[in-house]
Amino acid sequence: MTSGTASPAEDALHVSAEPRAEPSGAPAFAPIIIEPRPGWRAVDFGELWRSRELLLFLVWRDIMVRYKQTVLGAGWAIAQPLMTMLVFTLFFGRFGGMSRFFEGPYPLAVFAGLLPWQFVSTSITSSGLSLVTSANLLKKVYFPRLIIPFAAVGVHVVDMAFAFLTMAGLMLWYGVAPGAGVLALALLVPWTILTALGAGTLLSALTVAYRDFRHMIPFLVQIWMFTSPIAYPLERIPEQYRLAYAINPMVGLVSGFRAALLNYDWHWGCMAVSACSSAAMLALGLTYFRRTERRFADIV
Amino acid sequence: MTDSVIRVEGLSKDYHRAGPGAAYATLRDAVLDVARSPLKQFRKLSGRISEAERFWALRDVSFDIRRGDVVGVIGRNGAGKSTLLKVLSRIVEPTSGRVTLNGRVASLLEVGTGFHHELTGRENIYLNGAILGMTRQEIRRKFDEIVAFSEVEAFLDTPVKKYSSGMTVRLAFSVAAHLEPEILIVDEVLAVGDQAFQRKCIGKMSGVAKSGRTVLFVSHNMAAIENLCTRGIVLHHGRVVEDSTAKSAIAKYCELASHEQHLPLAERTDRQGSGQYRLVDVALVNSQSPSAAVVEMGGDWVLNLEFAGQGRISQPHVGVVITTMTGERIARVMSGETHGDLPPIDGNASFQLRIRDVNLVPGLYQLVVGFRDQATEQLDYIERAATIEVSARDAFGQGRVSDGVQSKTVCFFDCEWSVEGLLQSAGPVSVG
Repeated sequence: MTSGTASPAEDALHVSAEPRAEPSGAPAFAPIIIEPRPGWRAVDFGELWRSRELLLFLVWRDIMVRYKQTVLGAGWAIAQPLMTMLVFTLFFGRFGGMSRFFEGPYPLAVFAGLLPWQFVSTSITSSGLSLVTSANLLKKVYFPRLIIPFAAVGVHVVDMAFAFLTMAGLMLWYGVAPGAGVLALALLVPWTILTALGAGTLLSALTVAYRDFRHMIPFLVQIWMFTSPIAYPLERIPEQYRLAYAINPMVGLVSGFRAALLNYDWHWGCMAVSACSSAAMLALGLTYFRRTERRFADIV
Repeated sequence: MTDSVIRVEGLSKDYHRAGPGAAYATLRDAVLDVARSPLKQFRKLSGRISEAERFWALRDVSFDIRRGDVVGVIGRNGAGKSTLLKVLSRIVEPTSGRVTLNGRVASLLEVGTGFHHELTGRENIYLNGAILGMTRQEIRRKFDEIVAFSEVEAFLDTPVKKYSSGMTVRLAFSVAAHLEPEILIVDEVLAVGDQAFQRKCIGKMSGVAKSGRTVLFVSHNMAAIENLCTRGIVLHHGRVVEDSTAKSAIAKYCELASHEQHLPLAERTDRQGSGQYRLVDVALVNSQSPSAAVVEMGGDWVLNLEFAGQGRISQPHVGVVITTMTGERIARVMSGETHGDLPPIDGNASFQLRIRDVNLVPGLYQLVVGFRDQATEQLDYIERAATIEVSARDAFGQGRVSDGVQSKTVCFFDCEWSVEGLLQSAGPVSVG
């Protein structure tokens, strides 16, 4: 039996990375040191930034492949939320009687909610599985691992753009014009993306460590949808529970999108709580990812 | 500033012996573990493993590679070569020790990493280049060169799924060959493509080496190591056992191989597979010599492979590969390919194999034996399971013995000659 040489200090490993993709001939090159170091690892934003081209290439690859493999291609980005909206309108709105709780047209209110929700749900589903499906890359090439779940989210940004176009078309159809609140989208959209990144990163790392998550993700997404005010308005939740309810980040996002696009009331308190929980989820996701990252190639 | 480009100091890497168990940990196990002993679970998450579960893939490895060195890393399967390359490529992280890399590293552990079969050749060049660390401008600049080297110009806008495997490999290698790193780490990529393309690859590699860049090269191809490398490192059970010229490293490697081989099969540990069954004996039944395995050139080989183990194997598949003494594979016979499943076994079993008319030139050959269940689960896999000597004989009835060592070949074939335009008699043949 080998004698113990690993101290707790050697458990964690630190890789201080230098630009790996400088144009050839770049003279100054600080050495790369590979060694174990204790503690948690911070996210190396500099390295991520230097790998942005790879991120774009991976996003581009997934979009190209989808275009080539599917008949509808980008059509799916429009058809998916549209079909969901129709189903919701018929079953929740008409038969379920939810439409009377909204002041404006029910399909518009639902679609405004589906804009962030479809993005978050599809993003976390694909980024959750992204590391497992990219196992071969992880085992053969070095690059910042965060690129993988990020790229999976990036693909759906394109879908969201198409969904926004659809929303614009619906608003024209119903003759609803947005107010000045529409400017808030400049903050709401990045917030939506960060929420998806946080949840997606966390789920991707968890899926590598515990394969159970592969089966849990669809189930989690379903629960998340029903606990978010998409088919029903936030106002249906009794006032005293609303702030607690807003711990679900989708609460702030969905109500924010409705307020920005369709002039519904702003729920500032709920949005503040949701923003905090989004930030917490992102921090948790990135931290857990960086913590388990060193084992990916061994266990994926 | 020293001239050292790769400095490895006391590098070690361990794995869970229970490897796959850790890989497919389920949430249930984790939850139960936490419930049982929260502290232990916390230690496990932070990467601690008990000594009994440890397997050292690399143990206290140190070496120093100077600018312009072309280093061949050799060793048996499981000696730690791949782990070393993975650590140097920053894919896998060491347990202890330190590596200092002075220069831009490109590692080719596989050709065509990240190729997508739906994308066209052109698109894959960009994608693969980006994955290997090239910038877009860099790829654009070298695009024509890459295409010319790959010889697939005509199919650039065809999806790679329609390529032959040879074309895919050529395209993939071409992208990789146009990286311009100061340090190039290569794993066995030369084992791809046809002969002509392999020569081209070796040419490219020695070009890289001559331009003063550093190459670290893992291969089983001793000829390539000897031709390309200025230096050789031999790994054995995760340790460096030789670090000198390529020639003496190859000699050391062969010596280790023959040494290990003197152990009885059942006691050898340099094997892969689940271990449910183990090859315990290989006998050449029709040996010409009572003490050694000797067979005449061109003769049949009748082998008896004995496996010890327990449990039912419903679809046994046995494979035998004949290799040279330096491990180059010459031929293989797989029961699954030639005869489908063998009859089920339960407990110790032996398989007889007759290989007909083995037309190898005189010399020493080795056998690799693999044993699988249902062609999926590897039960046992062992290299150098036996050495067989092929003795010289007058195989062609010419009254002289063919000598394989002198002809520098491994195989011979039965052949016939016929000549047209015979010189009928002594004198010019008149035409017209």
